Amino acid sequence: MRSNNVVLINEEGLRVDGRRPNEMRPFKIIAGYLSNADGSAYIELGRNKIVAAVYGPREVHPKYLALPHRATVRCRYSMAPFSVEERKSPGRSRREIELSKVIREALEPAIFVEEYPRTVIDIFIQVLEADGGTRTASITAASVALADAGIPMRDLVAAIAVGKASDTLLLDLNGIEDQYGDGDMPIAIMPRYNLVTLFQADGIFAPEEIEEALKMAREAIYKLYEGQKEALKRKYLKIREEVLSSE
Amino acid sequence: MSSTKPFGDILSTIKRESIVTLLRKGERIDGRGLHEYRKIEIETNVISKAEGSALVKIGDTKVIAGVKTEIGKPFPDTPDMGVQIVNAELIPIASPFFEPGPPGEDDIELSRVIDRGLRSSEAIKLNELAPIPGEKVWIIYIDIYPLDHYGNLVDASGLAAVSALLTTKIKNWKVEDGDVVLLDEEKPLPIGEVPVFVTVGKIGDTLIVDPSYEEELILDAKITLAVTSDDKISGIQKSGLGGFTPEVVKNAVSLAINVADQVRKKLPT
Repeated sequence: MRSNNVVLINEEGLRVDGRRPNEMRPFKIIAGYLSNADGSAYIELGRNKIVAAVYGPREVHPKYLALPHRATVRCRYSMAPFSVEERKSPGRSRREIELSKVIREALEPAIFVEEYPRTVIDIFIQVLEADGGTRTASITAASVALADAGIPMRDLVAAIAVGKASDTLLLDLNGIEDQYGDGDMPIAIMPRYNLVTLFQADGIFAPEEIEEALKMAREAIYKLYEGQKEALKRKYLKIREEVLSSE
Repeated sequence: MSSTKPFGDILSTIKRESIVTLLRKGERIDGRGLHEYRKIEIETNVISKAEGSALVKIGDTKVIAGVKTEIGKPFPDTPDMGVQIVNAELIPIASPFFEPGPPGEDDIELSRVIDRGLRSSEAIKLNELAPIPGEKVWIIYIDIYPLDHYGNLVDASGLAAVSALLTTKIKNWKVEDGDVVLLDEEKPLPIGEVPVFVTVGKIGDTLIVDPSYEEELILDAKITLAVTSDDKISGIQKSGLGGFTPEVVKNAVSLAINVADQVRKKLPT
């Protein structure tokens, strides 16, 4: 809940972790993190640690979920009990159910679903450690996992949250800022199409702040987008080296 | 697990095409303007057993909301505040495509969008509802039931929730020997800033407000904005399989703010 007792921006304009308002946390993306899944990715964004795995396109079970004109996309966002300060019960929370839906709707526009009728593409997201912004980091990782699975896509999707404290917009809220700040606005964008595919907010924002937040998010998303592409290339450079050295 | 919806209702190609063709001309199939809301009717205090209630109609869409209150335990992280709980259930009464059973993602999304909009604008003054901080506070339950789904359940649910809250009366109380004693007299629930929920739909390059059922079936995506009386936004939710460019988001926000003023006039006083 909101509280004004916590100082989120000090007199020098720095945040609790020493960042400037428009500064994103350092991130690391690994494509092909897992062996069993058809595609996978791991992301660290600050202290967030998230794994995404993709299976498919594969046969749909139960069969009634199959669509005759396109692939079904399924998504499951899940937090490990140890990922947060107080143990989270492993059962499905209402929050996880909503996030699974909005994450799916953020990713689906990027997939050429019409190429794979009567199949399913399954996206599994496991949050191993959470520190603010897990839904957006999950989207960034899951879209790399989709690409890693070889699924044809219009574009990658990258995402970041913009929040607010003491009337200042803050890029990429961490856990404390999310808890004590005055608002949170997670945003996902398909950069090539400049299309916002996830957009939510709580807290109070003036229309100008929404516009500004979208600009801030876009810059960060372009950096993440480059990181996503590098992660995918790195995986194949590594494979190439392995193949060449074995010859 | 969240899954692409199998066919619920589908729209015939000819209907779809006529809706899209009309929109290109700036017209809608039910004769409304692009930015015109359907007729709104609000009836309050419809359930005498509830502390507050409202039946809202937006065109043929019908939603009822009821408020119940009780004394209970606060959340550990907000010991000095009352508790707001929003619950919405998409019951089969409202549509042949709603099925009975535990709440699905659509029910949960609807509840949580309304909950966030109310909470962010501080619709209920929860800080005035903690008789014994840390131990005994008011729990305010807002339960929302769509009765007839002809499109735009989110806005109708928001209106019903807000209208029910505005007419809610709770028992006055006093604290005696470390216990909360409820008195016979009633007082209005302390209300702060109430939001108006406005959903903007996108079909191709066209933005429309208050999408009807048929329009919802062919929307690329929609975006719900909770608008406060001073033209700020207290909640956002994009929903659906398409996206918006930042420019279109900006247009949707100003459109929602404009329309919210008209909708707000219908709220019970």
